[in-house]
Amino acid sequence: MSQTFHRSANTLARASILGMVLLLSAVGSALFKLQRSPYVTGQHIAPDQPVPFSHQHHVAGLGLDCRYCHTSVEQSSFAGIPPTKTCMNCHAQIWTNAALLEPVRNSFRTGESLQWTRVHDLPDFVYFNHSIHLNKGVGCESCHGRVDEMPLMYLENTLQMEWCLSCHREPEKFLRPRKEVFSMTYQQPSPEHAVEVGGTKYFSQEKLGAALKDMYHLRTMRDITSCSTCHR
Amino acid sequence: MQGPDQLPPKGIRPPIIGPGQTFGTLTDRITGIVLTKHTPIFWFAIVGFALMLFGMLNTAVGYLLMKGTGIWGINIPVGWGFAIVNFVWWIGIGHAGTLISAILLLFKQSWRTSINRFAEAMTIFAVMQAGLFPLIHTGRPWLAVYWLFPYPNSMGVWPQFRSPLIWDVFAVSTYFTVSFLFWGIGLIPDFATLRDSAKSLMVRRIYGLFAMGWRGSARHWHRYETTYMLLAGLATPLVLSVHSVVSLDFAVSVVPGWHTTFFPPYFVAGAIYSGFAMVLLLAIPFRYLYGMQDFITLRHLQNAAKVMLATGMIVAYAYALEMFLGWYSHDKYELAMVHNRLHGPYAPYYFMLILCNIIIPQSLWLNKVRSTPWMLFLVAVVVNAGMWLERFVIVVMSLQRDFLPSSWGMYWFTKWDVMILVGTMGFFTLLFFLFIRFMPAISITEMRTLLPQAKVKE
Repeated sequence: MSQTFHRSANTLARASILGMVLLLSAVGSALFKLQRSPYVTGQHIAPDQPVPFSHQHHVAGLGLDCRYCHTSVEQSSFAGIPPTKTCMNCHAQIWTNAALLEPVRNSFRTGESLQWTRVHDLPDFVYFNHSIHLNKGVGCESCHGRVDEMPLMYLENTLQMEWCLSCHREPEKFLRPRKEVFSMTYQQPSPEHAVEVGGTKYFSQEKLGAALKDMYHLRTMRDITSCSTCHR
Repeated sequence: MQGPDQLPPKGIRPPIIGPGQTFGTLTDRITGIVLTKHTPIFWFAIVGFALMLFGMLNTAVGYLLMKGTGIWGINIPVGWGFAIVNFVWWIGIGHAGTLISAILLLFKQSWRTSINRFAEAMTIFAVMQAGLFPLIHTGRPWLAVYWLFPYPNSMGVWPQFRSPLIWDVFAVSTYFTVSFLFWGIGLIPDFATLRDSAKSLMVRRIYGLFAMGWRGSARHWHRYETTYMLLAGLATPLVLSVHSVVSLDFAVSVVPGWHTTFFPPYFVAGAIYSGFAMVLLLAIPFRYLYGMQDFITLRHLQNAAKVMLATGMIVAYAYALEMFLGWYSHDKYELAMVHNRLHGPYAPYYFMLILCNIIIPQSLWLNKVRSTPWMLFLVAVVVNAGMWLERFVIVVMSLQRDFLPSSWGMYWFTKWDVMILVGTMGFFTLLFFLFIRFMPAISITEMRTLLPQAKVKE
């Protein structure tokens, strides 16, 4: 009776143990990476829009304030998408014949809203409020990134829950004075660069964050990481 | 009954292995089931029937995934229904396998040898049925991954480690892993026997793969025995810990009827009780269908019956204690719970439970019942039904009467509940008969050591 297996089976059996460990760790880390990749989150990918509206041009180039268009951001959960009339405030005067702007003029004539593709879309089971974040000293840029450098709007951050929690667990690392929340060029304090709030100069984010947390009456970490804060 | 089932004269216990067996006959008989070219007709009949029930399970689970848990009878206040009842029942059944393979091994109870292999298989298959329920009980098993297992998910959330439900996940998955290893390692020398007895190269290769190059050298045996003992040592605490943790799902809450400290030992006793009932439920038809009366003798049945009697008495004591503690607490909610057991809308279930788990098993005091396979079989069926009723009584009766009468309600299970319960029984039977057909259902190597020829004088 011949041998059931060739002698190479011994090596194969031993190698398969190592192979299994390697395979499982590879699959594990691939899934870990995939879940956080732009393929899943849509990060850094600008979707098509009816009009290629450039935040870079309007914010950095023309110096429009965020609130000129997003009017309800300080009072409401929703920042507000401007009505076509807001666009027409200027575009009734300039670029009146530009082909790119035809959908805007059409919307103005017919009264039908422009159908923008939403970029920052949280799941429906998340209760998010813009006004509370601004009023507690979280800048637009902290979540939306350098909008003034985006020719087309894209996601700067993953908007995954672990990202939300990374700030809710230690908000003092990201807070800035209320007067700076709309700034796109704000710099956190450093030994060379002071940030002044209420007559006091701060040279480190640690000190500034702690002071702002107190000044703006932020609730405790326990409170703002509680499930029902965001899932109501 | 046939010859081997005749009792020896009074005062002599039946042997643990039938007379006239040799190394050769023993090996041939056990490997014969696996290596035969003529699979018995009853095997096809049983597996066919089990496949039908398995299909029903798939249908019911499929419909559940489409529609959600609304197809079940659960609602507020009874939010825990068949899913947890079945989970606790199945996981309890598994316990006898570990007790037989680990604790009885450490206590050198050599009679365990002929039943340990399939009792371990029973454990694994029962834990698989049990594991199904935590996965499907929410109707969304694809989310169960992050509800059950701590892993670095993109939500940055972890399961609640202070909850007994997550302890359960660890207890059950450890239990499954250790039982599976124990079973698998025990099978290695037997797979080698099958490999060496098989005629076709294909079969030799398949069993050879699982035998992992076993040659039966002294070094192999030495390592095998060491590993087996170590695993037995690891598995021993699990016999006690797994169902203790399952009981904490209830005992940690403040619900009347659940909030008691004696739940862990009570659950463990109940688990071994139902587990041995299931061993008998499987062993009696198995030895009859395959003519294995020489290997699974009346001695084994008697011993299993005695274990059932002992654990059944502990369970009876626990039922008495439930009543006593209700009175002793002098808490009006606990008293109401006791009253509800005896006079509430589910009282018939409670009295059925007492009948099945306490009154009928008292017949095991009689040697006649312990030595008559068909009677034992009936008692085992009754006890398994009783143990299922016990979990039903614990889960439903405590939930249906909430603290406020405004939140009282009834629980009526639906046909989907029943289909899933019966479906898991079919799945279990299917796995078990596949196991009997393709693996040595009795440990060949350990049985050889029981033969008189194996006793070598020093």
